[in-house]
Amino acid sequence: MKKILVGLKRVVDFNVRVRVRPDGSGVDTDGVKMSINPFDEIALEEALRIKERGEATEIVAVSIGSSEAQQQLRTGLAMGADRAILVETDGPLDQLSVAGIFLALVNKEKPDLVLLGKQAIDNDNNQTGQMLAALWDRPQATFASKLVLNGSSATVTREVDAGLEVIEVDLPAVVTTDLRLNEPRYVKLPDIMKAKKKPLEHIKVAELDVAVSQELKDLSYEPPPQRSKGVIVEDVAALVSALKAKGLA
Amino acid sequence: MSKVLVIAEHDGSSLNPSTAKCVACASELPDAEVHVAIFSDHGEEVAAQAAQLESVNKVLQIDRAENKHPLAAILAPQVVALAGKYSHLFGPSTTFGKDLMARIAALLKVNQLSDIMSVEGANRFKRPVYAGNAILTVETPPDKPVVATVRTASYQAAESGNNAPVENIEIAAELPRHTRFLELKTGKSDRPDLQTATTVVSGGRALGGSENFDIIYKLADVLGAAVGASRAAVDAGYVPNEMQVGQTGKIIAPDLYIAVGISGAIQHLTGIKDAGTIVAINKDEDAPIFEVADIGLVGDLFKLVPELTEALAT
Repeated sequence: MKKILVGLKRVVDFNVRVRVRPDGSGVDTDGVKMSINPFDEIALEEALRIKERGEATEIVAVSIGSSEAQQQLRTGLAMGADRAILVETDGPLDQLSVAGIFLALVNKEKPDLVLLGKQAIDNDNNQTGQMLAALWDRPQATFASKLVLNGSSATVTREVDAGLEVIEVDLPAVVTTDLRLNEPRYVKLPDIMKAKKKPLEHIKVAELDVAVSQELKDLSYEPPPQRSKGVIVEDVAALVSALKAKGLA
Repeated sequence: MSKVLVIAEHDGSSLNPSTAKCVACASELPDAEVHVAIFSDHGEEVAAQAAQLESVNKVLQIDRAENKHPLAAILAPQVVALAGKYSHLFGPSTTFGKDLMARIAALLKVNQLSDIMSVEGANRFKRPVYAGNAILTVETPPDKPVVATVRTASYQAAESGNNAPVENIEIAAELPRHTRFLELKTGKSDRPDLQTATTVVSGGRALGGSENFDIIYKLADVLGAAVGASRAAVDAGYVPNEMQVGQTGKIIAPDLYIAVGISGAIQHLTGIKDAGTIVAINKDEDAPIFEVADIGLVGDLFKLVPELTEALAT
């Protein structure tokens, strides 16, 4: 194993309570804290651990989006990625275009493993890894909670609805991470200083030979219907009668 | 007219209830003709179950030895071989469907729509984004097939009582060998399935240990309920991952949901907001779970839960 490519998406921080704009054009992101998508952070942590075990030599962090995403790439470099690539786009892209850009980078970088978060916490799509694997004609192992490399293949434990599924995939492959794969490290100040000297390459989408589009049209956003606050009952007897009144007990 | 292919989820002998929910969603498309595809090594039993679902016009049974385990890399090229005749390809937004449908979409060079919660037209749908904090209306291009996952918690399962024809189909597609199934570890239990149970009792971190989950199981037993857990309880190792309810676990819509010792993090609430009645038992009266609970009870769960179990048992 030589090289691991990791995707780091810039998203609204998971602690932010997202609000829909009154005109329905999107959600409010003005002045909102932005972070690395938490699942992507897990992907980078896994790559770092693989490298620390001596099973990889280079970790390349990739982000696709606005120039501001270099903040997240710098954080990734501070965590320990060796270098970073920012593919700058002019506007939002659909998921197939994002997968196409990843494919162009894969063809350029020739990684042995691509590690991505299983989903981004903004659009909650859960698609990029699967799409990249399809376009690349390589295996996918989604929702990974354990990853073991055995030379030319990997054994991946996947968190599926029925329990834990174990599959074996030939490398190169795309693995997407679930929450319990690891706990990402905290970045230390000296590492932030060091990260400033690590290479961060900027590429314009136009420089890659990829057709990009926004085929799915986002028409409008609305807030979800709210559940109204209920009643607090005094004791178990009152709870039982309330359930009986609703025909639930 | 909409011609829909629903990719069935099953375990080799039973159709997963998520399939009936996808069929219900598919039948809401204008002038829908609904086909269900069963990929299996021996699909007769599951195909017969799918044929009973209302609104299904035809069941396609695709038997191949390679289809014994549902691997996306193996199934996707076969679905693509069938895709030409269809305007819509639907799968459930379960781990099975999420893994598979995006791979299919990319092979077809189209985008995929995730988590349909309502059908507004043949090419217009609503879906949740930002962990359900916003609902997005999306339009898909009319000249391309719609590949989508269906948010199962938003749909009632299609009724049984139909008798649709089952057709055996042979697909000659060449299948990759780069992905191999090794094993499935499942905590098989006699309890109702978490995703389809009408009543669910969940425990949180406040239980303090896996042995204390016993009181949750006892309450679930008197209610005939499935048992779930918060992410905190799963992360702490009290119960296995397949019991996790929430944005990154299972999204459920039971008639009655009882949250015990769960504070109510946003990601947990996302998983239960379609529940009929939410009951919360928690010692912290300021816990966010009480903001969404229909009935709240404040106090020590170790005292209240056994008391409730006893009251319901008699």
